[in-house]
Amino acid sequence: MKKFIGFIIKEFHHIFRDNRTLVILFGMPVVQLLLFGYVITNEIKDARIAILDHSKDIVTREITVKLLSSGYFILDRNLSDDSEIHSIFQQGKVKEVIVFEPGFADKLEKTGRAGVQILADASEPNTAKMLVNYTNGILMGYVQSLNRLQTQQVQIQAEVKMQYNPGLKGVFMFVPGIIAMLLTLISALMTSISLTREKELGTMEVLLASPLRPIQIILGKVTPYLLLSFINAMMIILIGHFVFGVPVHGSLILLMSVTMLFILTALSLGILISTITDSQQVAMMLSMVGLMLPTILLSGFIYPIENMPLWLQVICQAMPPKWFIIMIKDIMLKGSGIEYIWKEILVLSLMTLFFIALSIKKFKIRLA
Amino acid sequence: MSETEPVIIVKDLVKKFGSFIANDHLSFEVYKGEIFGFLGANGAGKTTAIRILCGLSSPTSGEIMVAGYNAYNEADKIKKNIGYMSQKFSLYEDLTVTENIRLYGGIYGLSRKEIRSRTAELLEKLEIASVKDTLIRDLPLGWRQKLAFSVAIIHQPGIVFLDEPTGGVDPITRRQFWEMIYVTAHEGITVFVTTHYLDEAEYCDRVTIMTDGKIMALDTPLNLKKQFEVNTINEVFLKLARNT
Amino acid sequence: MRTILFLIQKEFLQIFRNKGMIPIIFAVPIVQLVIIVHAATFELKNVNLYVVDNDRTTTSRSIIHQFEGSHFFSLSGFSFNYSDGEESLRRNSSDAVLCIPRGFEKKLVEGQSTGFQMVVNAINGSAGGLINGYTVSMVNEFNRGLSSGRANFTLTKPKFIDLTYSFWYNPELNYTTFMVPGILVILVTVISLLLSGMNIVKEKEIGTIEQINVSPIRKYQFITGKLVPTLIIALFELSFGLVIGKIFFNIPLEGNLLLLFLSAFIYILVILGMGLMVSTFANTQQQAMFVSFFFMIVFLLMSGLFTSVENMPQWAQTLNQINPVAHFIRIIRMILLKGSGFQDIQNNLAYLLGLAFLSLSLAIRRYRKTV
Repeated sequence: MKKFIGFIIKEFHHIFRDNRTLVILFGMPVVQLLLFGYVITNEIKDARIAILDHSKDIVTREITVKLLSSGYFILDRNLSDDSEIHSIFQQGKVKEVIVFEPGFADKLEKTGRAGVQILADASEPNTAKMLVNYTNGILMGYVQSLNRLQTQQVQIQAEVKMQYNPGLKGVFMFVPGIIAMLLTLISALMTSISLTREKELGTMEVLLASPLRPIQIILGKVTPYLLLSFINAMMIILIGHFVFGVPVHGSLILLMSVTMLFILTALSLGILISTITDSQQVAMMLSMVGLMLPTILLSGFIYPIENMPLWLQVICQAMPPKWFIIMIKDIMLKGSGIEYIWKEILVLSLMTLFFIALSIKKFKIRLA
Repeated sequence: MSETEPVIIVKDLVKKFGSFIANDHLSFEVYKGEIFGFLGANGAGKTTAIRILCGLSSPTSGEIMVAGYNAYNEADKIKKNIGYMSQKFSLYEDLTVTENIRLYGGIYGLSRKEIRSRTAELLEKLEIASVKDTLIRDLPLGWRQKLAFSVAIIHQPGIVFLDEPTGGVDPITRRQFWEMIYVTAHEGITVFVTTHYLDEAEYCDRVTIMTDGKIMALDTPLNLKKQFEVNTINEVFLKLARNT
Repeated sequence: MRTILFLIQKEFLQIFRNKGMIPIIFAVPIVQLVIIVHAATFELKNVNLYVVDNDRTTTSRSIIHQFEGSHFFSLSGFSFNYSDGEESLRRNSSDAVLCIPRGFEKKLVEGQSTGFQMVVNAINGSAGGLINGYTVSMVNEFNRGLSSGRANFTLTKPKFIDLTYSFWYNPELNYTTFMVPGILVILVTVISLLLSGMNIVKEKEIGTIEQINVSPIRKYQFITGKLVPTLIIALFELSFGLVIGKIFFNIPLEGNLLLLFLSAFIYILVILGMGLMVSTFANTQQQAMFVSFFFMIVFLLMSGLFTSVENMPQWAQTLNQINPVAHFIRIIRMILLKGSGFQDIQNNLAYLLGLAFLSLSLAIRRYRKTV
């Protein structure tokens, strides 16, 4: 036991002597949270549009003012001819062009209808769709206000209540995701690399020849990362809470336990990867493609799983971060207790056991 | 052996890492064709000195001439004329025997024809033709060390530097390795070797004993033993160590 | 020159002898393309709606019907008790709860305006916004039905604006065509960064670099020997990805492919230079990979691949001016999707070229000092 503790301390020294890694280890969550909190947003803000107004009357001007004062759009320029549209789209800055037909106000007054054409640069389909939706909304609102002045009618109103995230803040969605991503990075990636490193340099054999038992060696290598991961997760929750106002409604103990469970899952994954390969480069690539990409893409971190095709949703079920993110969201944002997330806890525990069993099997084959 | 032609001249070599003095005013000469041993415990400053001589590290002060070139501004020329085998294993483990020979031959500017003939020569000399397409990592350590040595002199340099070449090798391979060193020296290549196996000092023409960055003694093994009135270099070393 | 060829030969041998590497080189593009293309969509296709109807009248049912009839909402449960709805929201079995209060129809008949409540799980803010929008448009439609049923109330015809949309360059709003070029960028970036920088650090770590440093090899020869194989592999990956994109996703190849490869070549040089920089100050692969990974994540997330650059705050957009990934994503999208020519991308290209020169020369300079 004494030897074992000595070994852990050595591993700690190893990590802490490496200042650069440490800076990144603790700088990363901060930078990423700030990035996600402020930069990565799928809300439209200040999109550049161009207006081709063939009519130039009071109504079109009023609509233009409405559009530009909405905060979603900035006028890049006024066009005077259809032929200009292609070239400004090619330059890539302007994302939407709004075309008013000639005699717009007249037609609206006399026939009750007038035409607007919205041209969107759909090489970014998400943005294009959102831009068109927003434009549509503003135009509809305008028409409604025109009509309301003239008619008296009974109306139904929908009161929409935004549960759990009244401000519709993106960070609410991202904080759990970032925790999952960083834990995967530190626990799985770093562990797999630090273990393969020993193999690549041949020092693993020296360690295995020592009186330490294999399980102690692995535990010794893994413990520092476990602690670092845990500290990091707590840091993110604190920053999320105090800088971005992400609440922690549920039990803090439950949150910590669940985090610990996920760290164990990630560590076991890291160990598994290290049993597959001797090369750090392969371990990196595997972790990158096999772990990071799924954590970012298939866990519901950025893209909601429900929108994916069914076969992909099935794959998502096998991604540990998916279950972790659900739990974190439930605990932090909904204040759910263990009775709501026992299923996820079970799934993650089973996954962890599976990974560990598989690693032990692989490890034994190697030694034999 | 002619003692008239020095191929390495070192005067007052000093190397500091911050306030730590790794080499403290070293001065010595190495003559053509001799086996020059650099002895000392781990951390005595042997590797630092050898790295400076090879141009891997620059000295803090002192005069250094290797193969007739100045270590300060003619490092490139020095590199062409020396071979080096480092403490760490230096062949590519994921390349085969012939691939390693070809690579280093190519690096030292040998023509394809020369590379082919040297390869054949080498495979025969080391009796390893059967494993020429085997990856280095699958060879036993002793073979690798011998191969690494042969590759270090593939371009027939004037001087070869060996940094702890026999570390971790079994006694039989060590013997064979020293035989290779003898043959090499016989061919006129000067051998500069560091070791902490004091018995190996007996194989050298002249030895230097270093402790704490300083040269404590420099002479032939025979003279050293006479001077300190002992029977082995090991005892010489112990006496020196006691004095410091 | 001959020396460089020997080095290049060695690198290729090592890369291809690495058992895990070949599958990675071929599998990664396919996995990335297939998964990212299908996963990366914000589009909300289906909202699970839980209905709590406390009114139980014809009108309330017709509202529920209207929601049910839309493609967007599907009914996930029904109850007369609000707490059931909240419970299902909490259990993630529904995304929104529609609550119609008692006396809903009565008020309407009496000629008063009335309303219902829609409780949305808004943890995903953008989904919440979308559900809100859909709800409002459902209600508008319902109101229109109401007013046409009582047309005599109104004296003037209500006005309409006819909206026509057209989505240029990607009329079906095909997400694939948007994502594929971006994914190719990730691919090229990851391969270049990992193979070049990591490789040098690996030699440092194992110790073989000593043997190289003691030889008369010039630094530029050594570095070229490291860069050329990576460059070739990265360009190969790009071509491979393009072919897969073309065959499986039928992405448009509007522009000049030669221009694309020229841009890719310059971009890869930038990344190689950065990888090299990392390798000059890292002593272990773990360190190098951690540093690279950090920058890569920041660069990629800011690049506009996953979320649009235009939506970012001004300071982030300004910062993005120096982000090579953002420039290359712009270039590749413009060439592939819009068929932009040299004039349209020359600024981006010039920047990348300058950066390539800067990063490579800095890296080579720094590299010398460490030896």
